[in-house]
Amino acid sequence: MYWKANVSTGCEPALEIRDRGLGTGKPGTLNFELFSKGDRMKKLIAVMVGCVTMMHAGLALAAGTVRIGALFSVTGPASFLGEPEKNTLEMLVKEINGKGGIKGTKIELVVYDTQGDSTKAKQLVNKLIKNDKVVAIVGPSTTGDTMAIIEDVEKAGIPLVSCAAGIKITEPVKKWVFKTPANDHVAAEKIFNYMAAKKQKNIALLTVSDAFGSSGREQLKTLAKQKGFAIVADEVYGPKDTDMTPQLTKIKGAKPDAIICWGTNPGPAVVTRNVKQLGIKIPLYQSHGVASKKYIELAGADNAEGVLLPAGKLAIYDKLKHSDPQQKVLREYDNAYRKAYNVEASTFGGYAYDAFLMITEAIRKGATTPEQIRASIEQGKKLVGISGVFNMSHTDHNGLDLSAFEMVRITKGDWELAK
Amino acid sequence: MPIFDQLTQYLFSGFATGAIYALIGLGFAIIYNATGIINFAQGEFVMLGGMFTLSLLGVAGLPLAMAIPGAILLTTVVGVVFERLAIRPLKSATPLSLVIITIGGSILIRGIAMLGWDKNTHALPGFSGDVPIVVFGASLLPQHLWIFAVTFVVIGGSKLFFNYTISGKAMRACSYNSRAASLIGIDVRRMVLFSFIISSAMGSLAGIIIAPLTMTAYDVGIMLGLKGFCAAIIGGMSSGFGTVLGGLLLGILESLGAGLISSGYKDAIAFVILLLILFIRPQGLFKKAETERV
Repeated sequence: MYWKANVSTGCEPALEIRDRGLGTGKPGTLNFELFSKGDRMKKLIAVMVGCVTMMHAGLALAAGTVRIGALFSVTGPASFLGEPEKNTLEMLVKEINGKGGIKGTKIELVVYDTQGDSTKAKQLVNKLIKNDKVVAIVGPSTTGDTMAIIEDVEKAGIPLVSCAAGIKITEPVKKWVFKTPANDHVAAEKIFNYMAAKKQKNIALLTVSDAFGSSGREQLKTLAKQKGFAIVADEVYGPKDTDMTPQLTKIKGAKPDAIICWGTNPGPAVVTRNVKQLGIKIPLYQSHGVASKKYIELAGADNAEGVLLPAGKLAIYDKLKHSDPQQKVLREYDNAYRKAYNVEASTFGGYAYDAFLMITEAIRKGATTPEQIRASIEQGKKLVGISGVFNMSHTDHNGLDLSAFEMVRITKGDWELAK
Repeated sequence: MPIFDQLTQYLFSGFATGAIYALIGLGFAIIYNATGIINFAQGEFVMLGGMFTLSLLGVAGLPLAMAIPGAILLTTVVGVVFERLAIRPLKSATPLSLVIITIGGSILIRGIAMLGWDKNTHALPGFSGDVPIVVFGASLLPQHLWIFAVTFVVIGGSKLFFNYTISGKAMRACSYNSRAASLIGIDVRRMVLFSFIISSAMGSLAGIIIAPLTMTAYDVGIMLGLKGFCAAIIGGMSSGFGTVLGGLLLGILESLGAGLISSGYKDAIAFVILLLILFIRPQGLFKKAETERV
């Protein structure tokens, strides 16, 4: 998606990414970079940064406050990630400070907007570390931004809890870097386990040609091989495509037992409509990337009837068993978010919730320095968050497993736990 | 599924998308023919058509039959304002700077749309339901028929307008030689405004009738605009049949490419063809080369 411009690792930022198709850093416009920033500009910035740093160097933090930094793509192409993340954090900080802080320690939040641009992310992370002297950082929203700043936080020794999903962020494990969204392959595995139970052996893939889709496609193919599934069709579509009937016609001809579509809205909704249009009766699986009511609305409840997908639990908390450890947290978060912003809480906001939870939990346990916070996050066990129940260790800086998702079936425009 | 049925489905799918490209391409061609500008904000008119309809249906609660003309009207107002504020003040600008201005305008319109509406994708209901129609083993939606019909009417209408009305002929005159046109008493600036009115209305109409199929969002204009532009280029920027054929050709190539070769290279196939045409026949596939008398 868009942020591929700077980090062309092809990693995807988080679930619901929509590509503008042009692979530039900008929201789908032709990227007319007319003037390159000259050295003079760089020097000027360096001097300014230097001045500001000196001004700040003398300032000590007021007693009883702890400063947490956050980098989100609040504007720009990934703003659908950054906006709920920022809102969530602001809501939580207000709530904690309203209650007198964590054991009397107030939280000061510094949020910067990366605009989904890794270059900006890199500048801003240094601002957070050097000027604002934060003890921990939440974000960034996208994998591209996160990969760009890992070097900086590792060097400075500041714990970073990323809200991006790319598997590269925590594999291999980096000392100071954690992330809250579950890896894509966990969702893929959930689908394969379900298909195995239904004795579906021959599968067709239909994936979007952006970073989310291609990483999904790779992992689906690897998992299919491991688990003994045969891939009889492997089709892709463009993120802005409006008609997938040619691909589906080809898939129909290959006679698979099941179709797996991997993408984020609106593509999967178009696929769902096209499946209905072509009268295809093969079971259709979607990824966790469309686990929101928006998908059902776009595809139309009639067309989406019977579609199966692994959903994060936030979308379906009222359908969960009462024994589910996450239900209470999910309900409280959703209600609080609705009250504060008048819209339903999103999975993306949940990523920031979890990141913030990890950091505040560490502070609650008495950690004050970045090193103590890092160690405390790494030792965190059974931490009940929005994305799942986290069990961190020095070999796993994500801490989520298959229980982060539930297989759901769309029935009459609503979710139903798939049996 | 027998290969014959697959082929007919590819062709029909190609026709359906191609008709959409053609309809958007016509908007490009009309402004180009009247002013010599390639209006890269054309895609935003398409987006505005869909989004205004959505708002008029949802927020204002109008029936579809009133929401559609309303949306076309509103988009046309945007087109007029755009022409007044961005194009007209630059009296002696070169076509290149005007083109860049339209790109800037498109970014501005898109930005305002993002703030004014939201960043979500929205679906519009089909005009006549969503029950597929099966023809020769291929299936189409009723909305496709609407698209075919509207494209047909629009081509016919523009043909009549440009060849048989004074205003249409005057607009063509401006495109051949605006100085000469103004010498014989044609108000060139009015014609430019007029071309923006027509093409914004046409763009929004396209946006409205395709929205039930493709869905709409603040940023749909980019890709649709680009494809429409391709259609117009293949058709040699003619405001008639050439662009329509260009659009259909593009749609069918995409669909056959995806079905028979590889869906991964679908867009590549289309754009490679565009490049080839620009290299080999820059005047378009269906147009004779322009000769200039010295």
